[in-house]
Amino acid sequence: MSPSPVIEVRNVFKSFKTVQAVCGVDLTILPGQFVALLGPNGAGKTTLVEMIEGIQKPDRGEIRILGKLWKGYEKELRKIIGLSLQETRYIEKLTAWETLRLFASFFNLGPERVEEALQLVGLEEKRKAYTVNLSGGQRQRLALGIALINHPRILLLDEPTTGLDPNARREIWEILRNLRRTSDTSMILTTHYMEEAEQLCEQIVIIHEGKILKEGTMKELLNEDPSLKNLDDLFTALTGRRLHD
Amino acid sequence: MIDRIRNNQLWQLTLANILEKVREPGVLFWGIGFPILMSIGLGLAFTRKPESVRHVALISPDTGTCTIILKDDKLGNTTFRLEKMSWEEAMVQLKRGHVNVAVTAGDSGYRYHFDPMNPDAQLTYVRLSPILNRIPAADLIRDPVYEEDLSAATGSEVDALTVTGTRYIDFLIPGMIAMGVMFSCLWGLGYGIIDTRSKKLLRRMIATPMKRSNYLVAMITVRLVMNVIEAGLLMLFAWLAFGITIQGNIPALLILFLAGNIAFSGIGIFLACHTSKTEIGNAFINVISMPMMVLSGIFFSYHNFPDWAIPIIKPLPLTMLADGIRSIFIEGAGFAQTTIPSLILTATGILFFTVGLKLFKWH
Repeated sequence: MSPSPVIEVRNVFKSFKTVQAVCGVDLTILPGQFVALLGPNGAGKTTLVEMIEGIQKPDRGEIRILGKLWKGYEKELRKIIGLSLQETRYIEKLTAWETLRLFASFFNLGPERVEEALQLVGLEEKRKAYTVNLSGGQRQRLALGIALINHPRILLLDEPTTGLDPNARREIWEILRNLRRTSDTSMILTTHYMEEAEQLCEQIVIIHEGKILKEGTMKELLNEDPSLKNLDDLFTALTGRRLHD
Repeated sequence: MIDRIRNNQLWQLTLANILEKVREPGVLFWGIGFPILMSIGLGLAFTRKPESVRHVALISPDTGTCTIILKDDKLGNTTFRLEKMSWEEAMVQLKRGHVNVAVTAGDSGYRYHFDPMNPDAQLTYVRLSPILNRIPAADLIRDPVYEEDLSAATGSEVDALTVTGTRYIDFLIPGMIAMGVMFSCLWGLGYGIIDTRSKKLLRRMIATPMKRSNYLVAMITVRLVMNVIEAGLLMLFAWLAFGITIQGNIPALLILFLAGNIAFSGIGIFLACHTSKTEIGNAFINVISMPMMVLSGIFFSYHNFPDWAIPIIKPLPLTMLADGIRSIFIEGAGFAQTTIPSLILTATGILFFTVGLKLFKWH
């Protein structure tokens, strides 16, 4: 018998004014699974993730986290989810340590966990730096530290490395790979970098214009057609455009 | 126990709020330095001095100054500086407010040119003309300093009263306290919330088990504490620099102050309930605060406005707060005079707060 899914998305639709952001998405995430939502800007990745996060409500369809709907279980579900949004700016004149301390308090956690989270994301030396003085990569690591502070069973990261230089990106990847080795956390990550999807996730979901075009492991996705060298080729074969367009 | 308090989210939210404020030098300047500087500036500009100097243009082809000094024990000494200048120059100086009366000397005596609607110019004319009319122009030019003691003339009929609370600074300080509460709540609370929303931080925070009410309670509490400190420092300064004391009931003042904070906190939350654009927040705050700053009798009495406007001005929250604080400060008022304004301000705050919370956009 296969383990029961941590996230189930069933036939979900969402539109804003004139834009159909997500149309008819189904998705199942198993415990410990790392899943990439790969697609260009405007594919509907963020909307989908924000619906899973409970920040937005689907127009139609159903989302269950550990078998529970957001409605009625919000308090419970908030405790087991860790997330990072695109481009969050923290309180400028608060240090990295103080920022983590603030978020730790929302989960009733003390300074010991703040210390652990700082180590987890390698910001020990920046503990006294104001968030405004952190580099882009350090800020993203802080966001990751906040996402991990409550030992989340589900981690949802929206473009965690967009805009970072290759070094900073690799640092984030390293943290996530460690997490995969040492915990049973499930993760959904949105990205438009195919390397990121390849490096971190066993399951890759290709999204375009609010729909899932294909999903599977790297192998499964590329084996279908021997002429495909990478995910970008696959995306081009499916849509006629490139991931970065 | 102490650890439990430290780990408490309300305490951490409050602490984060305090740290954010005290680490921003601008907050200290605008909250504390600015009202004090403004009081010094306006206090010095409009406080009556024992020696006053009035500048008058004396139309003449040459330059130089004639001085007429009127000595008066009761009314204070007044010096008229008659500065010789051309008619064109006099018009420029009139426009700049350096002089408010121009005098021409002819065969039939002096003529006085001024705006009859300007009370200050009137006073210059009324005080200067009886003296000047007795001095022929030729004498004035020959002997440019003329002195006369009027003490004996005014002495018998004028009784100098020393009533506290009649100086301009006495009028100004209570208004500055009220204005401080308004700006602090609108900017500190209203703009603060919009800024947090625009950073997506509000969205990030409510994606945790944080209680939403704790966020608002922390914001409002910190604001109230800062307002108490700011008003306290301004009052301390007013006492040290101008000898201003509170004539009326202090508990009534505290309750009115609290009610003012409730009113403007409610308005702050209301204006911040929906937008995530700081530019819109900026505009909202200006639209709300600027008219009240002008109308509500902070810098000058609203009785200068036409009679029909007074019933519109009086119920404005800033007017109510400023009038109330002023009546306690300088008229010795107590609960009898301030209970109703305190209740109305509290009700206003609760109303705006409730509507604001209903419309509040957390993400």
